[in-house]
This record gives sequence, structure tokens and C-alpha cells, in this order.
Amino acid sequence: MSYSETKAADSHGEQAIERKSVYVYEAPVRIWHWVNALAILTLALTGYFIGSPLPAQPGEASANFLMGYIRFTHFAAGQVLAIFLILRVYWAIVGNKHARQIFYVPFWSGRFWSEWLHEVKWYTFLARQPKKYVGHNPLAQFTMFFMVTLPMFFMVITGFALYSEGTGRDSWEYKLFGWVFSIFPNSQDVHTLHHLGMWVILTFVMVHIYVAVREDIMSRQSIISSMISGERLFKDEEED
Amino acid sequence: MAATETFYDVIRRQGITRRSFTKFCSLTAASLGFGPAGAKAMEQALETKERVPVIWMHGLECTCCSESFIRSAHPLVKDVILSMISLDYDDTIMAAAGKQAEAILEETKQKYKGKYILAVEGNPPLNEDGMFCIDGGRPFVEKLKWMAEDAMAIIAWGACASWGCVQAAKPNPTQATPIDKVIKDKPIIKVPGCPPIAEVMTGVVTYITTFGRLPELDRQGRPQMFYSQRIHDKCYRRPHFDAGQFVEEWDDEGARKGYCLYKMGCKGPTTYNACSTVRWNNGVSFPIQSGHGCIGCSEDGFWDKGSFYDRLTTINQFGIEANADQIGRTAAGVVGAGIVAHAAITAVKRVTTKREKTDA
Repeated sequence: MSYSETKAADSHGEQAIERKSVYVYEAPVRIWHWVNALAILTLALTGYFIGSPLPAQPGEASANFLMGYIRFTHFAAGQVLAIFLILRVYWAIVGNKHARQIFYVPFWSGRFWSEWLHEVKWYTFLARQPKKYVGHNPLAQFTMFFMVTLPMFFMVITGFALYSEGTGRDSWEYKLFGWVFSIFPNSQDVHTLHHLGMWVILTFVMVHIYVAVREDIMSRQSIISSMISGERLFKDEEED
Repeated sequence: MAATETFYDVIRRQGITRRSFTKFCSLTAASLGFGPAGAKAMEQALETKERVPVIWMHGLECTCCSESFIRSAHPLVKDVILSMISLDYDDTIMAAAGKQAEAILEETKQKYKGKYILAVEGNPPLNEDGMFCIDGGRPFVEKLKWMAEDAMAIIAWGACASWGCVQAAKPNPTQATPIDKVIKDKPIIKVPGCPPIAEVMTGVVTYITTFGRLPELDRQGRPQMFYSQRIHDKCYRRPHFDAGQFVEEWDDEGARKGYCLYKMGCKGPTTYNACSTVRWNNGVSFPIQSGHGCIGCSEDGFWDKGSFYDRLTTINQFGIEANADQIGRTAAGVVGAGIVAHAAITAVKRVTTKREKTDA
């Protein structure tokens, strides 16, 4: 982490406002974020149409392959998401401490919970000023863990288990993820849960985009641009 | 005495020719997916091995498994199966009754300790100490446990014995319980379906009597050879699924053209069974071929997954009936409204705070 302070006076001798910026999101995290966003969008759209297909296509079956293309896109996007999730876990281990943040919740830390409460107050208009955070604030970390990290693993596991239904009992997908059907013997339940998982993630996406835009305007640090440049810019000088 | 007789002796005694016997062996070997050598091995086994005594018991059930079994498509199959296994006890179709019939159980237990197969149709209700199913003057669950003690293996016929089926559907007042939840210390083969396909039943029995061991089972305890693929995987309407051609409502153009029944709630994509390959009634047809979706009768709890005609499962946990999409849309709607309200309050707050600041 390196602080780069800019203290400069322009040609008129007026001193510019001092800004601090910190390098937070390393390139692999940023790439993962946007690939992931695209994959989730693709998966949600195609997945929805797998569950509730489009109106019947006219003509001969041999001339159409719509459902096939939709399912192929879903499976391909799913594989991409899974591989990037593995890479993301790898980066959580070797990357900086911010890369680890969404993979755990410090339940044991009293400070975490008091700051978590402060964030809740900030969002319910009870606190006047949000705190400054280099990485995610405690509420964001908490939400991301329960509504992104866990559901993503859940979706990848159930996704590959469902995929193994087609690839067969001898496939590596079944060998690795077939245990899902020991928990839910009727794969119809797995379909339903996979479907619900989509709605959990979509709900998160809504909140995520809203909060990112709102925080970018309201809070004391940059949010949206940080996921592009990786730099977190602080807008004021006050401590905390 | 049956114990000294081989299968072949019995088969010949029944008046079945050597030629028919050979035909049966090759047919069964083919249906089990063995190579040409399989038929020979099967012949050999039937000629040298002693018949396996089978005790067939009935718990809470509708006898549809028996009905299916005795209609095993190929007449020869029926003949051979009924003579080749030594079906020593089946209270529904046996001639003996009362004490005479029950004496056979005692005799089999002693004489063939650890050698007989216990085939169970239906399941035991456990509520009220099993009083909802009395068989021979005592709760069926006791009889089941008693006979299971000395059995070599147990065949759980049908969805009842395998999963629970309709009598175990919510709220399951009799607490009907599948066999594998009651008997823990014996190998159990689940042959689910309501009923299972006749050829699947005879195939399983033939496998056990031929090789003296159980067929390879999958994670859920079903024979791999019949239950490792979904109806959907081998469905002859599958090309219409991949093409995106669906029946939208009964009697529409798509229904007449034989389009995929996915949107009509066909459970083929989540049902493991051999219907789309073996088919029913001597290979004549199966539900989807007759224009109706699969209802998933060989799957766990198929009565409790909502309508047979909906693609998306009803989720009962939410109190009111809803499916994943309805719940998801509601959640997304509530969150969306929340976001709009929150944004509005934020804007108002911002304006008022600024005013306060300028006032100060």
C-alpha cells in the first residue's frame, strides 16, 4: 500500500485541495470483477430462458437449435465464471489484503461489529457521517460474503452437479459434484435451489449497483472509478 | 426339494424348450448390456446354480408393482422368472393362506439363513407403533425387521419402498417410511417407479440370481444399468427441446406435431428411469410418446414438488404456494422499491443537510 500525496500550487499560486489515493484493487481483482459481472449477466439471462423457454420456434426441428444455443451459452459462461472464481481464490491467497476481504467475515472482532452497526446507521440515515475505508466497509464485506461469495460457490457446485446429469455418471463433473445428489436425491430440488440462487445474486446486483453509485456521490472516497483504475481516492482530509 | 433343483431343471420341468431358454438368456443379457459372452455365462449359471428363494412382502402399497411384474412383456420372461426364482412367499398371489402361509416365512428364515432375497413392495408406517399396517396380526414394520434379519439382500420395489411415494407425501399422517430408513444393516436395491417397468424388475432379479450378487448401484442405491440416465437424455422428443420447440398448451399445433413437453411440466429432465428406452407394455409406448409429460414417479418425493404440469417447483416452505421465479421477482421488486425509496430519502436528506450547513 503506498500513499501518494499531491500537494501542488497552480500557476496562480492557489493551492489545490489535497487528495490521498491508495492502490486497493490489483489488476487480477479488477479483471475478475468485470468478467464476473459479464458472466453473471449472461448466466442469469440464459438461465432464466432455460427455466422458462421462449415461445416455440416454427419449422423443422433440424432447422432450429435455439434451446441448444441458449444452454451452450449458459454452460460456457458457467465454466468461465468457475475458472475465474478459482483464479480469484488463488489471488485471495497471493494478492494484497483487500483481495481477501470478501472471503471471510471477522465474526470474532468486536470492532468489526461496532463499525458494521455504524454503517447500518449510515444507511438508515441515523449517522451523519460515514467512516473512511480503504477497502470495503464492514457492511459491504458482510453483504458480499453472504450474497456473492457463498452464493457463487453454491451456484458453481450445483451448476456442475446439474451439468453432470447430461455428461453422465462417468464424467469428472459427476465424480466431483455428484455428492450434491446425496443431499438432494431428487435433482428437481437442485434445479429449484439453483434458480433461487440466481435471484439472490440478482438482488445483490441491484443493491450493489445502487450503493456503488450512491457511495460514489455521498461517501468520502471514490467507488466506481476504483474498480477501473484500482486507486481509492479520498475526498477529504478529516480523520475517520 | 427346491433346494437341490437348479434353475434349468425347473425351467425344463415347466415345459420350456431348450431353444426358448437360450433365447431368454440372450435377450436378458442384451437388455442388461452384456456382450455375447454374457448370454453364455447366464446360461451356465442357470444350469448349475440353485434357485434363490424369494420372499415377497407387501406393506403400505397399491400392488401396482406386482401388477407390473406379472405383465413382464415377454411371456417367456414371466414364465422363466416365476419359475426360476423360488417365489416361496407372496401373500397377494400365493395359494396358501393364514397360518400355512406364515409358516413358510419361519421355514425360509431357518433353512436359507443369509441366502434368501427379501423383496418388499410398499413401506412400513411407523406412527402409532406401526398400527396403520397390520399384516398377519402384527405391525408390518415388525414383520419386515424380522424377515430382514436373515436375508441376503433386500429389493425395495417401487417408489413406496424406495422413497415413500404417495403414502409418505405431506403431511404423511401414518409416517410411512422407505425401507432404507428402517433397515440399515442389509444391502438394499432400490427399484423406484410407480410402478417400476416390468423388464427392469425382471432384469434386476435375473441379475441377482445369475451372478449371486447385487448389480452395481448408484449413489441413491438404484441399479446403474437402468437408472443412470434421465428420461430426457434418451427421449425421442429431445431434438424438439434442443430446437426450442415446445407444446405451449394441450391440443395446440405443437402438441399435434409431437413437440417437447418441457413447458407442460414434463419431469423428464430430472427423472432417472429407463422409460424412454425400454418403454412399457412390450415396448409399445411410454407417457411422453402418448403425449403427456413425465410426472417423475421414480423420483424422491415426487408428490410434494407441486403440480405435474408446472416446470418450476412449488416451494412450500414459504407458506403460500410459490415457485422460484415468483419468490425471486417479489424479492427483486421489494429491493427495487427499497432502493428507490432510499435514493429519494438520500436526496431529501442531502438538500436539508446542505441547507442546515448554509444556515449555520
